[in-house]
Amino acid sequence: MSDHETDDATGMGQSGDEEPTFAAAEYADGAVTYPPHTVSPTGAERVGTVDLREYEGHVLTWTTSTATPPGVREPNTLAIVEFDMGPAYDGPAVRALGQIAERGDGSEEAFDVDIGDRVEPVYAAELREPGAGIREPESQAWDGFRFRPVDE
Amino acid sequence: MERVAIIGASMTQFGQRDAWVRELLAEAGAAALDDAGIDGDDLDHLYVSNMASGEFEGQTGVPNALAHDLAATPAYTARIDQTSSSGGAGVYAAWQSIASGASDLTMLVGGEKMTHRTTAEATDVIASLTHPVEYKQGVTLPSFAGLTARLYLDTYDAPRESLGKVAVKNHRNGVDNPHAQFRKEVDLDTVLDSPIVADPLRLYDFCPITDGSAALVFCPESVAAEYVPEDEYAVVSGIGGATDTHVVHERADPTTMGGVADSSDIAYEMAGIGPDDVDVAELHDMFTILEFLQSEDLGFFEKGEGWKAVEEGVTDRDGDLPINTSGGLKSKGHPLGASGVAQVYEIYKQVTGDAGARQVDAETGLACNVGGFGNCVTTAILEGNQ
Repeated sequence: MSDHETDDATGMGQSGDEEPTFAAAEYADGAVTYPPHTVSPTGAERVGTVDLREYEGHVLTWTTSTATPPGVREPNTLAIVEFDMGPAYDGPAVRALGQIAERGDGSEEAFDVDIGDRVEPVYAAELREPGAGIREPESQAWDGFRFRPVDE
Repeated sequence: MERVAIIGASMTQFGQRDAWVRELLAEAGAAALDDAGIDGDDLDHLYVSNMASGEFEGQTGVPNALAHDLAATPAYTARIDQTSSSGGAGVYAAWQSIASGASDLTMLVGGEKMTHRTTAEATDVIASLTHPVEYKQGVTLPSFAGLTARLYLDTYDAPRESLGKVAVKNHRNGVDNPHAQFRKEVDLDTVLDSPIVADPLRLYDFCPITDGSAALVFCPESVAAEYVPEDEYAVVSGIGGATDTHVVHERADPTTMGGVADSSDIAYEMAGIGPDDVDVAELHDMFTILEFLQSEDLGFFEKGEGWKAVEEGVTDRDGDLPINTSGGLKSKGHPLGASGVAQVYEIYKQVTGDAGARQVDAETGLACNVGGFGNCVTTAILEGNQ
């Protein structure tokens, strides 16, 4: 697991690459959380950062929302993804909520997914239009990671 | 610690109202004062449960405005914001004020004005409670419900129709509530054929956007009979509040509402009862799936079996454990800050035998008010004095 400079509010970090990292926090008790928190669920201090770009996961559940707020694509397919952290990891489940990526075939439709499908993160420069909704645009990042199916 | 009684209650018509938040609060507040037979200047404390009057309407400082409108100055005032559970948190604050001895007479008024906003705008105001990593993905509270409903149906092999039956039941109950936003029965086919909002949930799985207000008056039980006849007050015999994670996907089991379990454990212990002793309950059915999750995490049913209770009619008004006799948020409406107060209003009416056509046989009732998607929860238990 590796260290990067991380923005605590958004879980976004810079690794020196062009693409930001998918930064989760690692703690002294071995737990990993996304997004990062000040301490782990059991109160242990932070000791590093894990880049979730390096991991695949599976779809725990998903929905397609057809009534989206201002600045959000419509429809918006979302999934809770549980990362496969490897046999050495015995902490709480590491998960993220993310949009399902578009097929990229010009249709603007998201990939079809189902519970249990394997997925991987894919970077998106803008997940939602900053300033279109109620939240102050400067208060947080608007780029991040979607998920796309892994070819098996 | 003083035992706390409720000696007066009111609620306005819920729905699309011309009145703004100040006027809604004053309407419910004046009616509750009248119901308890007191005046504004009798109050020591005056609380307002409200999530977002500044965001919805550009009106802040609502407790001060209400105190002035009701001639309640110089009562101590405060606004209680705990998102959708602001009402329940207000009940907790009002109970605490009396139980601690800080106040001898407290009124709580919950209210929200929402319908002047578009659905998209109102949805975004509510979704602003989410963490930045959730908000930027465009998540809404309805989409959390869709995510959780799919997982619940898959995990517990529950039929989609069981969720629809929650909507059918609560709409049926709402017909007899003169304050409800919708007083119209719906059939299962209508629910299951309605437009998809957050797959697998459809329009009738969701509560509406609502304007409205509700109010309660609290005093020490030891003096309650000085205000109203003994069979017209109820005692808050147990109350508990609890918080779950801010980030929903970090919960060990997304189909379990930890705040519901934790807050009800506290309330049951304080009341000296268990879930089997509850005769009637008002649950936070902002989405149909929430009625299943709460009914299980309150201990009414085993985990994964709340849906069976609805299928078997256990939670019908004439069932063994009537749930949401008011019509619930689903039919009655959900003016955010008012909802938790209106839940206790319904339980107060039930345990004092004043629920009219909605009346069930109840000595002990429970109200569970949920903020966010289970992020903050207050559970209150009332006992009648009949």
